[in-house]
Amino acid sequence: MIAYLIKRLVQCIPLLLLVSLLSFGLIKLVPGDPAVVMGGTNATAAEIEVIRKNLGLDRPFHVQILSFYGNLARGDLGRSLMLGQPVRDAIIERLPATIAVALYSMALTLLVGLSIGVLAALRHNTWVDQTAMTVALIGVSLPNFWLGLVLILLFSVHLGWFPTGGYVEPTTSFLGWLRSATLPAVSLAMLQIGLLARITRSAMLEVLRQDYVRTARAKGLSEFAVIGKHAMANVAIPVVTVVGLIFSVLLSGSIIVETVFSVPGMGALLGNAILRRDYPMIQGGLLFVATALMLLNILVDLAYAWFDPRVRVGGAR
Amino acid sequence: MTGLRDSLTRGTLGRLLRHRAFVIGAVLFGTMVLLAVLAPWLGGGDPNKLAVRMRFRPPSWDFPLGTDNLGRSMLSRVLHGGQLSLMIGFWVVVLNASFGVLLGAMAGYFSRLDGPLMRLADALMAFPSVLLAIGIAAALGPSPTTVVIALAVVYIPRTARILRASVLVVRELDYVHSAQVSGASHWHILFRHILPNCMAPLIVQLSFVFAYAVLSEAVLSFLGLGAPPTQPSWGILIAEGRGYIREAWWLTFMPGAAIAFTVLGVNLLGDGLRDVLDPRLKIEQG
Repeated sequence: MIAYLIKRLVQCIPLLLLVSLLSFGLIKLVPGDPAVVMGGTNATAAEIEVIRKNLGLDRPFHVQILSFYGNLARGDLGRSLMLGQPVRDAIIERLPATIAVALYSMALTLLVGLSIGVLAALRHNTWVDQTAMTVALIGVSLPNFWLGLVLILLFSVHLGWFPTGGYVEPTTSFLGWLRSATLPAVSLAMLQIGLLARITRSAMLEVLRQDYVRTARAKGLSEFAVIGKHAMANVAIPVVTVVGLIFSVLLSGSIIVETVFSVPGMGALLGNAILRRDYPMIQGGLLFVATALMLLNILVDLAYAWFDPRVRVGGAR
Repeated sequence: MTGLRDSLTRGTLGRLLRHRAFVIGAVLFGTMVLLAVLAPWLGGGDPNKLAVRMRFRPPSWDFPLGTDNLGRSMLSRVLHGGQLSLMIGFWVVVLNASFGVLLGAMAGYFSRLDGPLMRLADALMAFPSVLLAIGIAAALGPSPTTVVIALAVVYIPRTARILRASVLVVRELDYVHSAQVSGASHWHILFRHILPNCMAPLIVQLSFVFAYAVLSEAVLSFLGLGAPPTQPSWGILIAEGRGYIREAWWLTFMPGAAIAFTVLGVNLLGDGLRDVLDPRLKIEQG
C-alpha cells in the first residue's frame, strides 16, 4: 500500500505539470488581447499597457512560462487585478469558509444519502423504497442555485428563520454560523444526497443478490451483521468512488451557491474573478483547487484498493 | 449477454412499458421535448417581444407563467429556453456514449492503457467541472457549441471512470477467463462479454450526464457564459429573475421548475432502463 502511495505521488508530478500548464495556457486561449479583455471597456491605452506589463504579457513566451514556474516554485500565484493583493493570500483568507460549508454539506450528504440508499434497498419495492427514491430523484433534479433562491424565498423572506445571505465565522458564533451556513449547505447537498442515495441503493441491491450474503444469512448471522459488515463492505466500493466525485462537485457548486448566498468563500471569489476577467486570480484559483482535488483522488483510489482486494492496483496483467 | 441488442426487441419494450417509473419519466420528458419543439406555436410567438405596460403580471389565464420586468411572456421565454437546453443535453450524451465508453472500456480491460488514460482523466477531473467548462468556454468564445464541447470534455472522464470500475470487476469473472482460454480476441471479449454486463451503471451514468448537462448549461448561462443574451435559456431566465425574487417569484421559479421537470423525467427514464436492461434481473424474471 505504501509503495502504491509513493507511486501515485510520483505519478502526480507529470499530472501537476499538465494541470499547471492548462492553467498557464488559459490566458493564452483568451480570444484577442488578454490585457484589453481584462482592462474592460473603459480602460485607457495607458492602463492596458500597465496591465500588460504587470502580467509580463509583453515579454517573450519562453520568459513568461519560465517566470510562471519560477514563481510557482516559490508559492507565488501572482497578484489579483480586482483585489490588488497576492492571489495566494486571497485564497488562504477565503478557504476556511468554503471548507466549513463543504464539510457541513458533506456531512449532510453522507448522513442522509447513505441512510436513504440503504433503507430503500432493504425495503426494495415497498412504499419506503418508492418514497425514498422519489425524494432522491427530486434531489438530483433541482439546479442547486435555483434551489438556493427558492430556499431564500421560503425560509428567509417568508419565514425569517435564516438570513437571506452573509456569513458568520464559526469562531465568532457557532449558532450564528449554523444559521448562516445551513441554507448554502442544504442547496449544495441536495444533488449529492440524491446521487449518493441512488448509487448506494443500486450497489446494495446488487450485493444483496450475491451468494455470500445468502450464506451469511444461512449461517444465522443477525441482519445487522449481514448488512452492516458483509454487505456494506462491497457497497463501499462504488460509494467511495462517488464520495471522491462529490467533493469535486461540492467545490464546483460552491462558485454559484456562495455567489447566491454571499458567502465570502473561494467559490464566490472565483465566480467574481470570472465575471471581472481577473485571469491571475482564475489561474491561481484553478491551480489550487485542481491540486487539492488531485490529492483527494489519490486518497479515493487508496480507499478503493483498501475496500476491494479484487481490484489489483498497479495492474497485474 | 444480450444487453443492448435485446433492448430493441418487443419483449424488452413490453417490459419497459410496464415499468411505472419509465412510463412516468417518458411522459414527463416527452412532454418537455414536445413543448420545446412546439414553442413557436404554443408560446404566443416571439420570446423577446416587449410589452412594458404588462410588466410583472403574475401567472393568470392570459399569461399562464406571468410576465417579466419588460412585460415579455414567460411562457414563450420558458418554452423557447427549453429548445436550447435539451439540444445541448442531447449532444453531450452522444459524445459521452461514444468517447467515454471507448476510453473507459479500454482502460479497464487493457492494463497498459489504464495508467495513462486514468491519469489523463485525473488531470481533467482535477478541475471542478464548472470551472473547467468555464475555462473552455472562455477559450472558445460563448456559443451553444462551445457549451456542448466544454460539458463533453468535463463529463467524458467521469463516464470513462465509472465504466472502467465495472470492467475491472467483470473482467475477473470466471466466464471472461473461460472466453480468454477458448481463444476469443480481446475486442470480442470486451464488446460481447464484458460491456453488456456493464450496461446498467453506464445507462444510469448517461442519464445523469444528460441531467448534469441541462443543469450545467443553466449554471453557465446563469454566470453569463453560455448562450447569448438574445437567446433565452433557462439559466439566463433564472439569472434575470433573481433581482426581482421578492416581488415576482415566478420569474425565477418557472424556468427552474422546467429544468427540474426535464431532469426528473430523464432520471426516471434512466431508472426504468436500468431495471429492465440489467441482465441479472432478466435471468431472475425468466
